[in-house]
Amino acid sequence: MAQSAELLSLSPPGWGGNLLRGLSHSLQIAFGAYALGLVIGLFGAYGKLYGGKVTRDLLAIYTTVIRAVPELVLILILYYVGSDIINKISTAMGGGRVEINGVAAGIWVLGIVQGAYATEILRGAIQAVPPGQIEAAKSYGMPALMTMRRVTIPAMMSFAVPGLANLWLIATKDTALLAVVGFNELTLETRQAASSTRAYFTFFLAAGFLYLMVTLCSGGIFARIEKWARRGQPSLKGGSR
Amino acid sequence: MIDFRSLMQPHRIVMMLIFVGIVVWCAVSLQWDWIPKYAPLALQGIWTTIWLLVVTIVLGFLLAVPLGLAQAVGPWYLAAPAKTFCTIIRGTPLLLQLWLLYYGLGSLFPQFPWIRSSELWPYLRQAWPYAVLALTLSYAGYEGEVMRGAFKGVAKGQLEAAKSFGMPRLTMFRRIWLPQAIRNVLPTLGGETILQLKATPLVATITVVDIYAVSSRVRSDTFIVYEPLILLAVFYVLVAGVIALAFHWLEVKVLGTGSRNGVVG
Repeated sequence: MAQSAELLSLSPPGWGGNLLRGLSHSLQIAFGAYALGLVIGLFGAYGKLYGGKVTRDLLAIYTTVIRAVPELVLILILYYVGSDIINKISTAMGGGRVEINGVAAGIWVLGIVQGAYATEILRGAIQAVPPGQIEAAKSYGMPALMTMRRVTIPAMMSFAVPGLANLWLIATKDTALLAVVGFNELTLETRQAASSTRAYFTFFLAAGFLYLMVTLCSGGIFARIEKWARRGQPSLKGGSR
Repeated sequence: MIDFRSLMQPHRIVMMLIFVGIVVWCAVSLQWDWIPKYAPLALQGIWTTIWLLVVTIVLGFLLAVPLGLAQAVGPWYLAAPAKTFCTIIRGTPLLLQLWLLYYGLGSLFPQFPWIRSSELWPYLRQAWPYAVLALTLSYAGYEGEVMRGAFKGVAKGQLEAAKSFGMPRLTMFRRIWLPQAIRNVLPTLGGETILQLKATPLVATITVVDIYAVSSRVRSDTFIVYEPLILLAVFYVLVAGVIALAFHWLEVKVLGTGSRNGVVG
């Protein structure tokens, strides 16, 4: 026990600082990817519902393919494509090869993956809003953006929050996959600490505890958000998932 | 399902032509000469991926049934551990669980002489038992939660009717409770099975040679980046499609025998 505490201490002989730095990287990537995913999802959902035929078909291909291919494979493909494009642009503009920022690359890669799931969640939520409400807004002559801001988004929130909560948990757990491409997030920091001290159980259990804390705290926060989104609605009995 | 008429709209025909064009361009201008050399290895990798998927789903589901039952109707001393297990599995990344088992147990076992001298030792030195264990526990954790809802969702009247017929508890479970619960969650199980397929490439990080590992090997041997990854993505899309179709067929079959609406075609 004392030995484990020493290994996990925050100052340099211990590796606790490294784990916390990894956690902060993981959270940064998760926040960024989630935000990017929500933006893509909002546009995607509107495109799927109100877009032209071609837009709809292209979005259908996007969500189907992204949800059928393992995240690990997508991460590799998007990572190579992204770094290739950036390097092409950089050499065309006369610069040399660019060193890619790990956090930015992680956000770009996971954001595109999250966008596919968010599209489906938000599309379902918008469809669940009674059409009369949106029609009423239109008949008042509200511009489309204002309808979205004042009617559609507030009304769909209560339908979207459970799915979005799940998506956030997926985002935090998917950051671990970036360890495979060598980003210094929590899982990779843990593995490095574990393999240099040979104390595998201590470090992996500590990291598991950190992930679990993130999950449980997010669960609490999302429960409050859901309560807020449902304010004024009749309460629903039953399990939440 | 997609029928022929819906594909024959002008914009879809144009899109299909563009798609065919992209495929032809890929076939002509990308590098495919490495395929014959790596084909046998790739077949082995595909086989590894498939059996890992099937074995862990079957074992995981067998574990998920008692986990779900304990949470739905069990006494607190069974429900609490089951709930804790599901929360931990669902709250931490699978990659971390896999590495904890492989590196953690893998470094612990050799310290005990009786394990090293046991008959199981040749297997415990390999990576695949840890992969099977981690994937099974993960599937069990997610499905335990699904089955909890499923067992709770079976109508009370059904169980009461069975009881009033004097059916023994085990027969009631086998004939009425479990089939109804599985029937209710069949669509969810289909989605979860595709999620499990997408989790299998993680085993490549602990040296199990599945199809993902083969593609990484091609990349590191030949420095060809995109071609193996494209084929890999196509493979997973195809398998996911087969799983979706299989579950669709199962749903029609299972739900079709229950309803006499005649919509089953």
